[in-house]
Amino acid sequence: MSLVDWSRGQFALTALYHWLFVPLTLGLSFIVAIMETIYVKTGDEAWKKITKFWMTIFGINFAIGVATGIILEFEFGTNWSKYSWFVGDIFGAPLAIEGLLAFFMESTFIAIMFFGWEKVSKKFHLAASWLTAIGSNLSALWILIANAWMQNPVGMHFNPDTARNEMTDFAAVALSPTAINKFLHTITEAYVLAALAVLAISAWFLLKGRHVLMAKRSIMVGSVFGLIGILMTIYTGDGSAQQVFKTQPVKFASMEALYEGETGAPLVGFGIMGKEVPGEPGHHPFSVKIAFPGMLSFLAAHDAKAFVPGLKDLIYGNEEHGILSFQEKADKGYVAIQTLRELKEAKESDPQKYKELRAKFEDPQWMNTYFKYFGYGYYKGEDPALLLPNVSMTFYSFHLMVILGFWFLLVFLLSLWWGIKDRLAHRKLFLWLLVWTGPLAWVATEMGWITAEVGRQPWIIQDLMPHMAAVSNISASTVQVTFWLFTLTFTILAIAELKIMFKQIKLGPKDGGQ
Amino acid sequence: MQWLKKVFFLYYDGFRSMTIGKKLWLIIFIKLFIIFAVLKLFFFPDLLKKNFSTDEERSNYVIEQLTQTK
Repeated sequence: MSLVDWSRGQFALTALYHWLFVPLTLGLSFIVAIMETIYVKTGDEAWKKITKFWMTIFGINFAIGVATGIILEFEFGTNWSKYSWFVGDIFGAPLAIEGLLAFFMESTFIAIMFFGWEKVSKKFHLAASWLTAIGSNLSALWILIANAWMQNPVGMHFNPDTARNEMTDFAAVALSPTAINKFLHTITEAYVLAALAVLAISAWFLLKGRHVLMAKRSIMVGSVFGLIGILMTIYTGDGSAQQVFKTQPVKFASMEALYEGETGAPLVGFGIMGKEVPGEPGHHPFSVKIAFPGMLSFLAAHDAKAFVPGLKDLIYGNEEHGILSFQEKADKGYVAIQTLRELKEAKESDPQKYKELRAKFEDPQWMNTYFKYFGYGYYKGEDPALLLPNVSMTFYSFHLMVILGFWFLLVFLLSLWWGIKDRLAHRKLFLWLLVWTGPLAWVATEMGWITAEVGRQPWIIQDLMPHMAAVSNISASTVQVTFWLFTLTFTILAIAELKIMFKQIKLGPKDGGQ
Repeated sequence: MQWLKKVFFLYYDGFRSMTIGKKLWLIIFIKLFIIFAVLKLFFFPDLLKKNFSTDEERSNYVIEQLTQTK
């Protein structure tokens, strides 16, 4: 494996590990706030016990996940130093806001949540619980804005003297459709995950015949919250898919393993891919496929007859639909790279030439014709397959996520229906299904992350910077050492922490519940 | 001052009466120690900050690197 592979592997491992804990924090914080609201409204002490139990689970998970994301920032500075420099202040502003919010809002209000039960009024405590939930979700907003910018870089201007991107329009960065859809899709699926965790743990209590009232009430709250969450996840997933279609067509085609573009393209509901056809990069004909005619076009552009480019169109170009080939883009990107090089050389030796070249980077037309494809320049004359992601991984992770999403919808509907009818305790098989659906929520969310991040390869910043240009000049062995050190240390820590979590779940509510 | 006292005792009493939280704090401190005193210090230097003293040097280095093509 190369340096780039090890660096990517380490980043993926750290991000996947970090993401094991974050969604539960995001969703459970709101579930706790809702439960506490019911307690304050009704004055029913049983709701207070229920709130406290889930608050403890929230606290353990928060403690487990805290600071694991910091390692990602370390990796930027060490493994991806050229990328860190190139992104300039685009990352700085959102991450600084995230740091401030996380520190002041969460740490203050979490302390009141856990320590303030007997110290502050009921309403003040409730406000702290809601502000903790809002604060943790807002923290996620800023990092997702930064991620969305990497998928769809907008609102910036490249400074060729410093090789940094400078933010010119904060609103364009923060409110880009990619950022909004990414944020909403991510947090709503976090709500689904938290709701499924509540359902799974409560179902386990029901199967054991312990804390029955708490379990039934928790399932009701979890089912309603989860149902709203999954409907919003599906809706925002549709919005995300449209954005991917517009800004990352290679990822979109890979998600569906679409090789030949079509008008009225079908959506693959289920498929098993065959081996890649030699000489046709990214072409994996299906050996088994269930497809819905026109649905992919509808998903992409809300028009069942819209043209959806396949990987072949994107690699070799499609004149009819105005799609440039990889090679045409590589030629343009190469011009941008060479212009940057000439500008650097002319800066000290030829002021007139420097002035002329500098003017190009201020010319919107030149930037849109050449700089837009800057990253492609590294692939001039290279095998076009290098510009494709792992198509089968992108396809399977996307489809597994979607299939699980619809399974979760069914689960929430059934648990809500049987919960209302008070028949849940007798549905042993369904309760076991709930227990086992809990871990599947983590599978689905990690699959979503893999779809988004593997699908955009080789880009670390879409079209502008491939990972091979972003990686630092360090030895692969250095990254290997930290890769295995991280794996070992955090596996041990995760086991220790999960043991605490499971022990606490087994104990149930401190005051016994019912 | 009264307000500050209240805030202090909120945290003080809260930490003192913790049960499961004590174990978690221990794990958090071990984790933070590993992250900042081991990983950051010995394995994750900020390369551009470490290798260059001015932003101009960093820019020149990155441009040099970014414009290297076949």
